[in-house]
Amino acid sequence: MLGEGIVKGMLETARNFAGSYVSKERLTTVQYPEERIAPIEAARVFPFLVYDGADWEAGMRCVACQICEKECPPKCIYIDKSKDKKPDALGKPQFYPSRFDIDISVCMSCQICVEVCPFEAIKMDNEFELATDDRFGGLLLDRKQLSKSNRYYHSIHPTEAAEVDARLAGEKAKADAKAKAAAGAAAKAEGAAKADGAAKAKPGSPTAGGD
Amino acid sequence: MVTTLDQIFIILRNWITGFLPQAWRPAVDVVLGVVTIVCLFPGLFALTTVFERKGLARIQNRLGPNRTGPFGFFQPVADGIKSLTKEDIVPLNADAAVHFLAPVVLVVTVFMGFAVLPMGRNMVLVDMDAGLLFFFAMGASTEVTVFMAGWSSRNKYSLLGAMRAVAQMISYEVVLLLSGVSVVMISGSLSLVKIAAAQNHYTGWLPNWYIFTPWGFAGFVMFAIAATAETNRSPFDLPEGESELVAGYHTEYSGFKFALFFLGEYLAMFSISGLGTTLFLGGWSAPFSFLTWVPSWIWFFAKVMVSIFVFIWMRGTLPRLRQDQLMNFAWKFVLPFTLINLMVTALWRFMGEGWERWVVCTLILAAVFVLMGKVGMGREHLGPRSYRYAE
Repeated sequence: MLGEGIVKGMLETARNFAGSYVSKERLTTVQYPEERIAPIEAARVFPFLVYDGADWEAGMRCVACQICEKECPPKCIYIDKSKDKKPDALGKPQFYPSRFDIDISVCMSCQICVEVCPFEAIKMDNEFELATDDRFGGLLLDRKQLSKSNRYYHSIHPTEAAEVDARLAGEKAKADAKAKAAAGAAAKAEGAAKADGAAKAKPGSPTAGGD
Repeated sequence: MVTTLDQIFIILRNWITGFLPQAWRPAVDVVLGVVTIVCLFPGLFALTTVFERKGLARIQNRLGPNRTGPFGFFQPVADGIKSLTKEDIVPLNADAAVHFLAPVVLVVTVFMGFAVLPMGRNMVLVDMDAGLLFFFAMGASTEVTVFMAGWSSRNKYSLLGAMRAVAQMISYEVVLLLSGVSVVMISGSLSLVKIAAAQNHYTGWLPNWYIFTPWGFAGFVMFAIAATAETNRSPFDLPEGESELVAGYHTEYSGFKFALFFLGEYLAMFSISGLGTTLFLGGWSAPFSFLTWVPSWIWFFAKVMVSIFVFIWMRGTLPRLRQDQLMNFAWKFVLPFTLINLMVTALWRFMGEGWERWVVCTLILAAVFVLMGKVGMGREHLGPRSYRYAE
């Protein structure tokens, strides 16, 4: 009969109207500033720089290789390479960024910088309340503002951070083993050389030594 | 006490005019009435916008406005300040005079309609003998303002919206009038006061409203459809269909002129609900004989607000019609059905008291409704969609 569908529709909306007052499942609104829900683990907003240890400047993983700067599609990363070198987490002397700025008003949260970084130095943050009243300076974050500790990284993306840590530990172990092997080889060579030398000159002073 | 409360506004008015010389009283009476109407209905409009937004939100399982004041009830204040402080833009090519006049004339003509509505016992501004006629005349002139707005904006969207509005309003105006005529046939009067009074008696404790008769029910349904179309409310909101016409005839209006259009639309809703209440829902009379102690004006406004709620409910439910569907519906179904309803009303009038006329009239109307629904409005049964190249 004509009008049946209208009556059916009206009943449906009436059920929704009344239901939203009784059932909590229907009313899914989260009244944001007062109420919040925890962000899901995979949530990502803008990148940040990871550092190890307590001091952000000393522990910074970034070596200013500038791959992310080149890969960034909207070109929102600005890096200046340092003139001097400082030891990184593995103790190897590396360059570091004397300037590392990200313009988050340009950043499009694509995560490409994270994917290309060979040093696990840049990761995605889930901090989203970045509104500021200064739309140029306020949205251009420098390396100090961008630096977040590895512990913070663990707190926002635990699974991913654990993977990264395992990988880094593996690399470090490998590097250590390599260094040890190299050191052992050097020591052996040294020892051989020493024995050789001792055979040559008996009362030699043992000044040289492998470390 | 009951009568005092019922007549409180009349008593108040007489008390105020009592301080004035005799010669001034009629004029001051009218001015007081006008001021009351002009203050009351915009206030009701403000309240309705909140109710509408909250009601629609609840239908969609949202919360709706709840930030400004308790439960968001000061939202219209914020909206009002916003529209007052906005820039009033008049397009360069617009016909400035008409562009300015359209919203003003709209609000004025809509307000005029309230003059003849009895909002309670003895509470009518002008007890006109041809009140219904006056009301329809005022209602029809809103179409002119809509076209003024659309034409003067010199904008294609506005003009298209206005054309649609005029086509729609003229089509449904006929139905609105004809469904009102059946009430006039039974009550024998064009005066809205007399029509309301004619329904104010009870059989046992049940009211004798016209909606509780077969012809009255059918007439009310047709009246409600036509009223929805008259006020450009969803599902008949083609003249301002956002998806295709930006905002229809008020595309080029901003700031307070836009607010006036908004106000006019809601005032038209109130006045048409008031008319429907007076014609079919017993005006200011109580729904049961044991509730007559409640002041009559409370009943009138309660009925109007219930009608408004139904408007909102429909808006939250029904999708917008297409232009050809709208016209087909008006001319192929609503109008013929209303005409048949007129015949049935005449039959009802001349069959005399008794149960026979109930049976006969109900049967005729039901049969006509089902038949016309099947024949005129039957859905085109399209088969399963076939693809020529895609498969």
